[in-house]
Amino acid sequence: MKITLEIWRQAGPGTAGKMVTYTQDDVSPDMSFLEMLDVLNEQLQERGEEPVAFDSDCREGICGMCGLVINGQAHGPQVTTTCQLHMRSFKDGDRITIEPWRADAFPVLKDLVVDRSAFDRIIQAGGFISVNTGAAPEAHAAPVQKAKADRAFDAATCIGCGACVAACPNAAAMLFLGAKVTHLGELPQGQPERDARVVKMLTQHDHEGFGGCTNVGACADACPKEIPLDVISQLNTDLRRSMARGN
Amino acid sequence: MTDGLIAGYFREGAPIQDTKAPSGPIEQRWSTRRFDAHLVNPANRRKLSVIIVGTGLAGASAGATLGEAGYQVKSFCYQDSPRRAHSIAAQGGINAAKNYKEDGDSVFRLFYDTVKGGDYRSRESNVYRLAEVSARIIDQCVAQGVPFAREYGGLLDNRSFGGVQVSRTFYARGQTGQQLLIGAYQALERQIAAGTVEMFTRHEMLELIVVDGRARGIVVRDMVTGEIETHLADAVVLASGGYGNVFYLSTNAMGCNVTATWRAHRKGAYFGNPCYTQIHPTCIPVSGDHQSKLTLMSESLRNDGRIWVPKDSADKDKDPRLIPEEDRDYYLERIYPSFGNLVPRDIASRAAKYQCDAGKGVGPGGLGVYLDFADAIKRMGRAAVEAKYGNLFDMYAQITGEDPYETPMRIYPAVHYVMGGLWVDYDLESNIPGLFVAGEANFSDHGANRLGASALMQGLADGYFVLPNTIREYLSHGPYPQVAADAPAVVEAQTAVKERVRHFLSCNGTRTVDSFHKELGKIMWDYCGMERTEQGLTHAIEQIRALKKEFWSNLKVLGTGDGINQSLEKAGRVADLIELGELMCIDALHRRESCGGHFRAESQTEDGEALRHDDEFAYVAAWEWGGDDAPPILHKEDLVYEFVEMKQRSYK
Ligand SMILES: Cc1cc2nc3c(=O)[nH]c(=O)nc-3n(C[C@H](O)[C@H](O)[C@H](O)COP(=O)(O)OP(=O)(O)OC[C@H]3O[C@@H](n4cnc5c(N)ncnc54)[C@H](O)[C@@H]3O)c2cc1C
Ligand code: SF4
Ligand code: FES
Repeated sequence: MKITLEIWRQAGPGTAGKMVTYTQDDVSPDMSFLEMLDVLNEQLQERGEEPVAFDSDCREGICGMCGLVINGQAHGPQVTTTCQLHMRSFKDGDRITIEPWRADAFPVLKDLVVDRSAFDRIIQAGGFISVNTGAAPEAHAAPVQKAKADRAFDAATCIGCGACVAACPNAAAMLFLGAKVTHLGELPQGQPERDARVVKMLTQHDHEGFGGCTNVGACADACPKEIPLDVISQLNTDLRRSMARGN
Repeated sequence: MTDGLIAGYFREGAPIQDTKAPSGPIEQRWSTRRFDAHLVNPANRRKLSVIIVGTGLAGASAGATLGEAGYQVKSFCYQDSPRRAHSIAAQGGINAAKNYKEDGDSVFRLFYDTVKGGDYRSRESNVYRLAEVSARIIDQCVAQGVPFAREYGGLLDNRSFGGVQVSRTFYARGQTGQQLLIGAYQALERQIAAGTVEMFTRHEMLELIVVDGRARGIVVRDMVTGEIETHLADAVVLASGGYGNVFYLSTNAMGCNVTATWRAHRKGAYFGNPCYTQIHPTCIPVSGDHQSKLTLMSESLRNDGRIWVPKDSADKDKDPRLIPEEDRDYYLERIYPSFGNLVPRDIASRAAKYQCDAGKGVGPGGLGVYLDFADAIKRMGRAAVEAKYGNLFDMYAQITGEDPYETPMRIYPAVHYVMGGLWVDYDLESNIPGLFVAGEANFSDHGANRLGASALMQGLADGYFVLPNTIREYLSHGPYPQVAADAPAVVEAQTAVKERVRHFLSCNGTRTVDSFHKELGKIMWDYCGMERTEQGLTHAIEQIRALKKEFWSNLKVLGTGDGINQSLEKAGRVADLIELGELMCIDALHRRESCGGHFRAESQTEDGEALRHDDEFAYVAAWEWGGDDAPPILHKEDLVYEFVEMKQRSYK
């Protein structure tokens, strides 16, 4: 296939960037999207041009390191991560625009690489269960209803990629937040800190410069792990309950 | 043999021993060691600092635990968040001797299975300890909120993995590694918030600092600003993962590398059994030259999927659904009736290779065998299969464009894990005092072959339970004398890093880093992969030496060093992988036996199984760096079996 690419190039943090056009003449439908960029980068280097910087690591849709806005969509046209997107989703002659995540809380570091450390700080604020190593009771001491365990698991599959933020017109991180609050809140082990957790994490979220949620739902549409919108309802419920108890 | 040079490739040095494991009954050794390790008064812990390189299961769990204990921890990873370490990608599960199924499991059986699975090339004391602490890992993870799979009664579910006959594997759908790592990551983040752990993301360790014979710090490059920084501490822990990427194509993440451990090796740390590589039987086959990595399909699939090839090679391009039962060869079930599709990985991989070598391979290039779920779907129903393996099936469909519910998957072996790593004693301490090594980065527990679901167990055992106890003994003798920022060892390490960066950026050759990496990978896969021969290995060593020369004179890295430069990062990694590749081939060449994942064609039984030579090779090969222009030095640590009798493995 022949593909034309328009890629955001930016030399470093805080510098101006621009879209640059490249063509790719020999794209195989079996290539992953990032392999297509690998090939481009090899060609650029052979021509003496600096390769395009982009993040990826596992390349199997689980580490959350990759993330590009492709033709205006976070992670592109399929419900999957950028690294799991394959060129068979495109056709000969396509023009593809590639941009980094855009959000105040995710500043661009270079080309398509952004800084997502705000997510880690949200977790630091309360996205955990406080149990020191060695202090755990026997695992079977507290059975967990399968339905609850499954819902906790589904929420826990969030990979922290940030597509929800990139897709949201308000650049809110509520899906990410809701996923963690739901994961820990569904489990008996997560109850003691449940009220405090939601307030602390939300405070950090706002502090990082993420926007507010206006129920657009673009986050859930973009989420490669199909984290459902109802985790945001759970977040709101937990928040109301926590406030009612004076947190 | 001239000048002590053996086979022209290495010298032999003095034998070594693990001096830290207590003797006596095996079930008491770990408690004895823990009791003998000195305590550190809580008020003193704040004055003691530990550097941990890596935030995978081993590094994150060690960081969190040492932070909770009150030590000052500095933690490093090359990704943008500690949560992205490659442990995240583990799919299938984690073993623990809980015996929740009452199927005859016990600490001793897990110990026995692991020693046998490792083909009698691991240390009994270490493996027993691993089995002993395994149950507490599950307790810890459940308490952290790890959502393991549960049964309707609310209790934890288990499944079986290759090489064993009990169900002791705990799992979280096909994302066990992710869930365990998120548990450890959250514990680590909690300590970051508490101020006991300082986190450095997008920082790559490029050199170890050794002062007066002790590991005292590291030199890192801030991958965002390009700054070369020095970090000093009382002890250094490397939990930097495995080096499967020496094969270029592997199931490892793009960034997995050997740099942290290789730099330590060059500073004197012994490298244990570098040639022991695990080739995983169930990966998605290569689709073309552009391929950047291979994707694993969890071993758990072998619980329900059946592996086969057409009996007649003429059928290999036929639609598999049209090949009748009697024309299919379920070769694992046929050759290994008691373990069937669940034989250990090395055996399953080689069996697939032989089928393909015999012309029966399916799919592009004839490098694939079928993994078929038709029977499972008939037996359990599609919904049950989906519940168990849904995400793996989706991943397969995404990558290949084929629907595995409809047609059998195609799979082929791929490099997946390395049993080799830095040599450590029972305390997980290398031969450089103060340098500890945990997780896949050390060589310790899996011998010549690792059983499925045992790496996650080892990573967390090391990080949560073993290292925090053993490093305590080392730290109890500290704080160690302050190291000045301009101490000769610090300056030397800093200068070496800067010089390397300068060289890569100014080499101005014609070839990209990736082109070298691909070439190295091909040499390694062809000659140091599933089957190794003396002739192939000597050939590979020559090729790698030539490649190394060219790499250092004809490399092209564009851009500058003072910002993100991904080619520069890769250049450093590939430079180290090339040197490692040579050592792996030398190790494979010197071990003139087959054991576990190391298969020497010259050493096989009549029916083609691996043939060990215990009289000659029942030892750990611990390699000492000889210098840039001198051969490596082999130190042997004899393996003694007091509790398990050494046998030829049989899974028939
Ligand atoms: C696809 C796949 C599936 C697997 N499935 C299973 C399974 O089901 N069960 C099982 O038991 N095992 C499984 N394994 C094996 C297991 O996942 C790994 O062996 C284990 O997770 C390794 O953990 P670790 O903590 O040692 O290293 P990793 O998780 O690899 O972490 C390495 C860390 O070191 C850091 N690092 C590396 N080099 C540097 C450097 N130079 N400077 C700074 N930081 C550095 C990285 O940033 C990272 O944080 C699987 C492996 C793969 C690849
Ligand atoms: S909620 Fe979905 S889109 Fe958002 S970070 Fe998690 S996985 Fe990514
Ligand atoms: S690279 Fe890991 S999710 Fe895409």
